[in-house]
Amino acid sequence: MPTGLTMAQKILGSHGVEDVVPGAFGRAAVDLVLVNEVSGSLALREFAKMGAERVFDPAKIALVADHFVPAKDAISAELVATLRRFARDQEIEQYWEVGATQEAGIEHTLLAEVGLIAPGEFIPGGDSHTCTYGAFGAFGTGMGSTDIAAAMALGEVWVRVPESIQVTYEGVPGPYVTGKDLILAYIRSAGVSGATYASLEFGGAAVRGLSVDERMALCNMAVEAGAKTGFVAADEVTLEWLEGRVEGRDVSRFDADPDAEYAARVSLDLDGMGPLVACPPSPGNVTDVAELEPVHVDQVYVGNCANGTLTDLRQLAQMLEGRTVAPGTRLIVVPATQAIKRQALREGIIDTVLEAGGMVSAPTCGACFGGHMGIIAKDEVALATTNRNFRGRMGHHESHVYLANAYVAGAAAVSGEIIDPAQVLGR
Amino acid sequence: MSGTIEGRVVRLGDDVNTDNILPGPYLNLTDPAELGEHLLETYDTEIAARVQPGDVLVAGLNFGMGSSREQAQVALQARGVAAIVAAGFARIFLRNCINVGLPAIESPQASAALRDGQTVRIDQAAGLIECEGHSWQVPPQPPFLEELIGAGGLVPWVRRQLRDDTSRRTGR
Repeated sequence: MPTGLTMAQKILGSHGVEDVVPGAFGRAAVDLVLVNEVSGSLALREFAKMGAERVFDPAKIALVADHFVPAKDAISAELVATLRRFARDQEIEQYWEVGATQEAGIEHTLLAEVGLIAPGEFIPGGDSHTCTYGAFGAFGTGMGSTDIAAAMALGEVWVRVPESIQVTYEGVPGPYVTGKDLILAYIRSAGVSGATYASLEFGGAAVRGLSVDERMALCNMAVEAGAKTGFVAADEVTLEWLEGRVEGRDVSRFDADPDAEYAARVSLDLDGMGPLVACPPSPGNVTDVAELEPVHVDQVYVGNCANGTLTDLRQLAQMLEGRTVAPGTRLIVVPATQAIKRQALREGIIDTVLEAGGMVSAPTCGACFGGHMGIIAKDEVALATTNRNFRGRMGHHESHVYLANAYVAGAAAVSGEIIDPAQVLGR
Repeated sequence: MSGTIEGRVVRLGDDVNTDNILPGPYLNLTDPAELGEHLLETYDTEIAARVQPGDVLVAGLNFGMGSSREQAQVALQARGVAAIVAAGFARIFLRNCINVGLPAIESPQASAALRDGQTVRIDQAAGLIECEGHSWQVPPQPPFLEELIGAGGLVPWVRRQLRDDTSRRTGR
């Protein structure tokens, strides 16, 4: 007897996958392929080895130099140059590089901002956080360089149809709780492999109430639970945001069928929950900020594809207003895109950061993955709004990273410790 | 799948992430040998130093969690790692292994039993892992993956696809 379909099944089914029973294999046509200079460094080589000469459709490739830009050193510059040449040779107009193109920044925030992500689309990307596009009801999923090379050559990738897990948030959380905390709450409950290969569908009033920026933070870390992707079904909030961004494209809303089959249904109670923090060395090592023993932080880092949005910068500024960065602590702010940085400038947020004693960089993946622009020393502790805190992630292998939202980051910047933002601003 | 692999076990734990297999700062390297030098560097320097060509990494749950970086596979292959046996693999890491032709075998039983320094024999055609008189059966791969692995990975598979497309178009 035919049953209803999940969001993942619907999207794969509409992209050429014949059998959408979970576990089935098929080939899915792609709406867009994302490549950066790091995944590109191998993907372009594999593309050539495949005997491919031209990409399947230049209009469906997005090339973003974002990890080591502005180029950290000569070998990084070579990676960017290689990507730039590929764009030119293949006549790919969708190429972005900070300083070279007006719009630029961290790939996932950027592609959404420039209107390349719409509900129902299937978008593999050479970066594990491609699952961020679930915030718009799109099927974004991270893949390695060889997959991405195949996608550029053929316009399709091999897929295994995922099981789906429905995650429903109940209740009303306390103050200073954001999309970041919703996903940390899920990872705390599921663990770092609890959703391996599955597609997550996030719902409940708390999710519906999130802005697009916070939905991106939520879906961004689906992979930290092992998931293939994580969705928020498009609604009025999505459509309002997409208006003017994705003109002439189908942005029809859709949701899972009411009788869709789920491998599991998870309900998470947020009632009274405060901000959370993932302690080193795992995104699954989650505790309430209020329950954490005071930890001194050497560095606060606000940025990355999860939490470098205007919403995050506004939250940070709220904490910094009229205060200064604590002695013995430094604050590094990395707006995710040039547009976000420009708007933050207009709103006085950049001034607030600078007046507090912090620094603001160009958009880059930067220190999030240990690349550059804020690497931490042996025994140092960072509080970051990023998505991974593995051993050595932001620097020396004996350094430590805590993950939290931008309010907690702001509170850490002004107090020098990981504390509840309510201690700075009150409830 | 075909071929038999025999190698020394290098034992690793649960949730080994790709940052620890190949750390982020080295993602601007492209030379396989250079990438190989940094294999497992932030996981454990002692283990990193003794990985030899032909070794079989044996890990616990969720091996390869995290980043999609295929530089991890490049580093593993550059150091001559013959296969990885794990209780479970993270999704993107497993895809990457299949795509580049690095044998990644899921066997919670073998993972639980195998010890550092033992010699393990993997008969890929028979789906059998053997060590010191014990053996563990591995379920066959789904037909699609069998085909992909049999082709030698995704590069030869796509090359064939592109060739077929060209001959269809040109009628040759």
